[in-house]
Amino acid sequence: MSTLRVSVWRGTETGRFQSFEVPRLESQTVLDVVTHIQRVLDPTLAYRFACRVGMCGSCAMTVNGRARWTCRTHVDKVAEGGRLEVAPLSNLPVVRDLVTDMTAFFDKWAQARGSFRGARTRHDDFEQVSPDSTARRLADAGVECIGCGVCYSSCDVVAWKPDYLGPAALNRAWTLVNDVRDTGNRARLAAVAGDAGCHACHTHMSCTERCPKQISPTASIAGLKRAAAIAALRGELSDE
Amino acid sequence: MTNNGKLSTRGQVLLWAAQRASAAVLAVCVLVHLVTIIYAVRHGLSATEILGRTRGNAAWAGFYSLFVLAVAVHAPIGLRSFLAETLNWRGTGLDVAMMALALTLTMWGLRAVLAVFV
Repeated sequence: MSTLRVSVWRGTETGRFQSFEVPRLESQTVLDVVTHIQRVLDPTLAYRFACRVGMCGSCAMTVNGRARWTCRTHVDKVAEGGRLEVAPLSNLPVVRDLVTDMTAFFDKWAQARGSFRGARTRHDDFEQVSPDSTARRLADAGVECIGCGVCYSSCDVVAWKPDYLGPAALNRAWTLVNDVRDTGNRARLAAVAGDAGCHACHTHMSCTERCPKQISPTASIAGLKRAAAIAALRGELSDE
Repeated sequence: MTNNGKLSTRGQVLLWAAQRASAAVLAVCVLVHLVTIIYAVRHGLSATEILGRTRGNAAWAGFYSLFVLAVAVHAPIGLRSFLAETLNWRGTGLDVAMMALALTLTMWGLRAVLAVFV
């Protein structure tokens, strides 16, 4: 049986890569490899996963330099010369080994007003929204995000500007801007505009290239830039 | 534009819009400028011949004044982002420095235009 040489990050912000030899199996995913290390070779290894089928978004790590879902990444696709390097996601504090603290990532969703604000109550009838309308199509294009943090970890602007809201939070805001039922868009546009918001994006498109759900946060951010600029020119954008 | 010493969100967005608009102006200006240079070189125009065309030419002075103003708007806004991202320099000090740069570029540029217009 052939083996795989795997370097795994150990420690917190400071630490080192530790080498392991893992049996190479057919249809083996990177998550299988990490799980083998923790269950067979070193039970002290810390990592995070839940569903194992690409639904929860909790197993994202940096594999050979790129942020990926480890559960949906086959070793065949990424192992270079029988080697793997597995590290925690970039741009987030490391709790231990492969586990990052995602507090800032999710706090920024709240800062970007990423929660729905409707005007109807349970006593009102359902709002009719045509799936073919332009606004709904724009919302649908970004609405499947599961918050895995791959885009955030891949974003150069987040690395340069720690207060930048990041692709996932801005993508979420854009889906709500295009939700005709939502009533919080004036405050939302003010929250996502400016130097720490959508206008800081350099359109490098790493988020779009690496999103495992094939969402384009870059397109969502471009939409927010236009909407916020129009609001600013109309004098409708004010600090809270 | 400022709120507790910090540029307002609307101000930040208007700077972004001004940089995009000035970029569109610069794209045309740079093209015209390059064509002008190539024309002058290929026709072997002397300094005296060039000055003969620029002196008293209001259209020429107007075009290059627009070019100067577009540069004075575009460059400081871009540099502002660059300094914030690379040196983590933010706040009023940065905005004042960039305003000074914009005024300096305007002054130098218009002085150059004036020198070959009058």
